[in-house]
Amino acid sequence: MRVRAQIGMVLNLDKCIGCHTCSVTCKNVWTSRDGVEYAWFNNVETKPGTGYPTDWENQKRWKGGWERTRSGKLQPRQGSKWRILANIFANPDLPEIDDYYEPFDFDYDHLQSAPEMEAFPTARARSQVTGKRIEKIEKGPNWEEILGGEFSKRSQDYNFEGVQKEIYGEYENTFMMYLPRLCEHCLNPSCAASCPSGAIYKREEDGIVLIDQEKCRGWRMCVSGCPYKKVYYNWSTGKSEKCTLCYPRIESGNPTVCSETCVGRIRYIGVMLYDADRIEEAANVADTKDLYDAQLGIFLDPHDPGVVETARADGIPGDWIKAAQESPIWKMAMEWKVAFPLHPEYRTLPMVWYIPPLSPIQNAAEAGAIGTEGAMPDVRNLRIPLRYLANMLTAGDEEPIAQALERMLAMRSYMRAKTLEGVNDEGIAARVGLSGRVIEDMYRIMALADYEDRFVIPTTHREEVEDAYDLRGDCGFTDGNGCSTGISSGSLFGGKRRPLKMPAEVQ
Amino acid sequence: MHDFLFGIFPYIALGVAIMGTIARYERDQFTWKTSSSQLLRRRQLVIGSILFHVGVLVIFFGHLIGLLTPIQVFEFIGISHGAKQMLALVVGGIAGVMALIGGGMLFHRRWTDPRIRQTSSFWDITILALLLVQLVLGLGTIFVSIDHLDGHEMVTFMFWAQGIFTFDAAAASYIADAALVFKLHLLLGLVIILVFPFTRLVHVLSGFAVPFRYLLTRPGYQVVRSRRSTPLPKRSGPVSPNQATAESKSAPPSGAAAGPAE
Repeated sequence: MRVRAQIGMVLNLDKCIGCHTCSVTCKNVWTSRDGVEYAWFNNVETKPGTGYPTDWENQKRWKGGWERTRSGKLQPRQGSKWRILANIFANPDLPEIDDYYEPFDFDYDHLQSAPEMEAFPTARARSQVTGKRIEKIEKGPNWEEILGGEFSKRSQDYNFEGVQKEIYGEYENTFMMYLPRLCEHCLNPSCAASCPSGAIYKREEDGIVLIDQEKCRGWRMCVSGCPYKKVYYNWSTGKSEKCTLCYPRIESGNPTVCSETCVGRIRYIGVMLYDADRIEEAANVADTKDLYDAQLGIFLDPHDPGVVETARADGIPGDWIKAAQESPIWKMAMEWKVAFPLHPEYRTLPMVWYIPPLSPIQNAAEAGAIGTEGAMPDVRNLRIPLRYLANMLTAGDEEPIAQALERMLAMRSYMRAKTLEGVNDEGIAARVGLSGRVIEDMYRIMALADYEDRFVIPTTHREEVEDAYDLRGDCGFTDGNGCSTGISSGSLFGGKRRPLKMPAEVQ
Repeated sequence: MHDFLFGIFPYIALGVAIMGTIARYERDQFTWKTSSSQLLRRRQLVIGSILFHVGVLVIFFGHLIGLLTPIQVFEFIGISHGAKQMLALVVGGIAGVMALIGGGMLFHRRWTDPRIRQTSSFWDITILALLLVQLVLGLGTIFVSIDHLDGHEMVTFMFWAQGIFTFDAAAASYIADAALVFKLHLLLGLVIILVFPFTRLVHVLSGFAVPFRYLLTRPGYQVVRSRRSTPLPKRSGPVSPNQATAESKSAPPSGAAAGPAE
């Protein structure tokens, strides 16, 4: 057993209102630069939909993640190391920028500077790659917002697998949910595995997966290797970039920008302890439906004295162990079992988990007549098909999702009974395998969601790894090459990229 | 002039290439990259790039082996000069045509596609053009050497190349009588070596290093980095609470885990 700590995140989809504040604040902090205009380290998708980049969940097409070979070996779906090297001249599985969208900006200045004209001046779109006019924008980072577009296109959503989807195209039966996505900071990252240069690494102390910008050579195998398509190739610098889990903030004990600014307070950040020696075993179970349980199996109970001591011996600081004991992630994933990994079937052991959303009861007109189990409606009658959520969160296993939804409904009934009638109805709690006290704890963390309950983040222990004396007078955080801006325009080696001309006047 | 171009310039070119490459790796590794444009436009890239790279690599190693292997080795194995020249003509010719077709597709794509054109640097375009001209010149030498298949001329180039690397002051004189197309080919080759560290060509070195790094020096697939200055002591199995408390008290506080995997 080798104990390692990992910063994990849980997103409570039941409370996501799809406001995109996370995406916008992330964008402003991290990707408002040349070459990554198209990249959204955090994006929010409306489901059902094909997402961003289009059809990202379809690994038959993109070959992301891992596969278990017939002989029982775990290897990247792109192929073994040899296979990846063989594709080094041209990556057959790499998305084109049009699979995301061609980034654009508008001629805003024209609105102010246009001469007197017959028609009202408009701000027309321009490509941020070529600077040329885009007559028609074909795609954007959130093209299917609130079920935009035809059902026939949206319903190519991979999560409809095994669902009779036709009826959900009808107005009366339609359903939707939001899915905010960011890098999963996997325990078994396939982007790192497919990088021939070894530039992508997982940090031992907090599990954050980063790309070494100096070591990256732009072979772009990580872009296709990541099944979540959360590694982006910066076409300007020629290097890949990805979500950093805002590590400068995490290191100082602050939540990521997306979490900090989440108005719905749906995001939770905390520490999980896991057994690093059993990663491969967990990622390589035969049946994809067992992957969720296998991942639960490698998390270590931070309250177990044996685990605590082993963690200490493995160099995990005391305050990290304490944070793991108070971790909201542990409570939601392990104790209450309401949070699930996104697409565990990719075998990457992702560490950004999701609480499935509740939804209105199907056929509201008949709501009185449909099956209720005691005081609670049957979760199988919820508008979002259970199978759909299961395809997204448990590789198709409906039971854990059903239990989680039942527990969330139970929390509502219990608290309703408590606040309206003043009754502590232990029966409701017992029916879903919990106790009243646990439900009240769930209510405090999931519904009230105070800042201190959402974010339990220990600071990093810099004093153990570096001598501050050597750092004085050094540059602060930079994104590229030490003190340089990271863009070597005009340098001897970088050559000079012609500046992008964005004429404001409409020709 | 001839002596300068083929006797002194090679040293300038090699010197700049070596020093420049070291300087770039040392000072500005962030710019060390393939500069792939596949993300922006896939069209023509997959076939073009594979043809170009495979062709160029065959030619590169062909030149390396053909020029720098001591002539005694060929004589020892029993490959006659004529046979060697025939081999070079056929293999080099096929690879040259592959590279020319592939490179032509890449150049066409780079020149005409607005996305690629706009994001190309001066050297991105220039180096590709230089390589294409060099391919044309190289293929052009076939028409000269096909006239005398005894392999004699080839041997003079071997002497020249090996003369350069063995600091033979008379190296340039060996090729004084070579046809113009050969001289141009050599000269452009030296220019390409000269500009190597200032262009995206540096990715070739990474390309050669990558198989070793990925296949040989990296156990398994994952890379984990640790910032600990001292690695954690080795330990097998979990620690029992009682035994560990005693140990952790005696152990130095900075004790820590597996060292950096890189």
